[in-house]
Amino acid sequence: MHMADALLAPAVAATMYVASGTAAGVSVHKLRKDDEERKLPTMAVTSALVFAGQMINYTIPGTGSSGHMCGGMLLSALLGPYAGFLSMIVILTVQCLFFADGGLMALGANIWNMAFYGCFVGYFLIWRPIVNSNWFGGETKSAQRLRIIVASIIGCVVTLQLGAFSVVLETTLSGITELPFSAFVALMQPIHLAIGLVEGLVTAAVLVFVYESRPELLMDVDATGTAIGKRSLKATLAILAVVVVVVGGGLSLLASSNPDGLEWALFGNEDANVENMGLDEDNFGVESKAAETAGSIQESTSFLPDYAFPDDDSPAGTTVSGLVGSAIVAAISVLLAFAFGFFRKKKQAA
Amino acid sequence: MLAAGDSPVHKLHPSAKLVVTIAYIIITVSFSKYQLNGLLMMIIYPAFLFSSSGVTVGTCFRKLRFILPLVLAVGLFNPLFDRAAMIKIGNITVSGGTISMVTLMLKGVFCLAASFLLMATTSIDNLCAALRQFHLPPMMVSLLLLTYRYIGVMTEELSVMTDAYSLRAPGQKGIKFNAWGSFLGQLILRTMDRADELYNSMQLRGFSGSFTYADCKRFDRRDALWIVLWILLFLICRFLDIPGILGSLLLGGFS
Repeated sequence: MHMADALLAPAVAATMYVASGTAAGVSVHKLRKDDEERKLPTMAVTSALVFAGQMINYTIPGTGSSGHMCGGMLLSALLGPYAGFLSMIVILTVQCLFFADGGLMALGANIWNMAFYGCFVGYFLIWRPIVNSNWFGGETKSAQRLRIIVASIIGCVVTLQLGAFSVVLETTLSGITELPFSAFVALMQPIHLAIGLVEGLVTAAVLVFVYESRPELLMDVDATGTAIGKRSLKATLAILAVVVVVVGGGLSLLASSNPDGLEWALFGNEDANVENMGLDEDNFGVESKAAETAGSIQESTSFLPDYAFPDDDSPAGTTVSGLVGSAIVAAISVLLAFAFGFFRKKKQAA
Repeated sequence: MLAAGDSPVHKLHPSAKLVVTIAYIIITVSFSKYQLNGLLMMIIYPAFLFSSSGVTVGTCFRKLRFILPLVLAVGLFNPLFDRAAMIKIGNITVSGGTISMVTLMLKGVFCLAASFLLMATTSIDNLCAALRQFHLPPMMVSLLLLTYRYIGVMTEELSVMTDAYSLRAPGQKGIKFNAWGSFLGQLILRTMDRADELYNSMQLRGFSGSFTYADCKRFDRRDALWIVLWILLFLICRFLDIPGILGSLLLGGFS
């Protein structure tokens, strides 16, 4: 996800530098209040470890591919969000300067896409609420282990999605690629969903190991292995709901109303009088009764076709479909969780 | 080690090199997507640095071989979406998308080469001293220096662990699922203890929050001249169509 200089316009790059610089300034200020000198060696050695650790390949069972760990989540779980953010900045700077991984001018954008979301969104909105909650049956060690796993996976998935979306947004705002915005989003988000899931699993495995050996090393987990402050299930769910609304609603509001790349190439864009291959969208493809039936079934089941209210072109339709989509995914997840007995323990405890 | 050379470029003040590199990247990227003519002139800076620093072009591209395909891939879509004819040379029509693709690729290669040349001619100590002179917080600079120092240590430690693991699991690609946590987890635990030892040893040597840089060069007239001349040249390349002027002069001479 490292962006090169050529992908950004100077104005966008400068804006991202200001945004990341402000976050870095706040972090330095917060750390000065702590024991800065004492934290410095820990931050340096841990950053070096994460840097090297990202090169290790973890084999994914059942597939031929491999995954890596998620640096931002691991660092904020071990060092806290502010120290984690500064450590990520240093890692990205070294990658940029010595390994040409990401450009010098694009460094501000890369810090925002990879460090800001991972450390601040990942810690304040995901790690802390979940680890401090009473999910999976309260104060037992196994419940805490499950909370760490869930927080790591959700954290990596959400922060990577936000990062990938920012890459698309920054590239499009820079006017670099001719690839339509919606096609670019459709390309980037699913790829990073898969990467996020694998990174989440690897990060969870590492953090659970640390938790079982030296729980005091993890943020918000005390030496006995239980969470420091208890947050109720309701409060945790409320925080997560805000994250879902912001991610689902905000992102889809920004999504372009242009047809996606393939559609554009085949049918053109009527509004802009562009024809391209000149095919008629309504009469395209093989005509058969089965296809017609399938089409009508699809039309009747998808109550928000093309991610908007039927016969409605307003951006509100797009936002609502994003929210409804998030709600459907959440509902399916809850159903699956019940089906696989995730909450059985909680019921027994109650 | 490339940065340990002693060419005239190596001897320049790190701040001067950093400022010129940043200016070069900003001006290179600011060319519009169809300004291929003007962009070609920007090759002058990397070409001069390669020839005067003794760093070979081959070393640069060998080091950048993993990142270059990514930069090149982004522009590949442009000819598909931007098909408006822009230049006609005889019977061959070149579309706007093709020109913007080449421009984007050149921008990528030039910027990567400029960053590479900065790091190939400047040591990390000198660069950190320059960053301090730009008033970056001492904590950030010390963190960068210490992290850089420990990346070598950690990479070596991890490669020993990976070797040991692969010797016990011959023919297996990567780390198996059941060792995911313990493999890196073990190292995290050792690392935390190492950080404590490091802090104690730094305290015993009188560490007070930031490092001092003993062999930092002084910024002299030569460095100022380096900055002014290069930025002036970049601006001339950016705002004057030198290839166009040269072309019309040449054609004018023939007619």
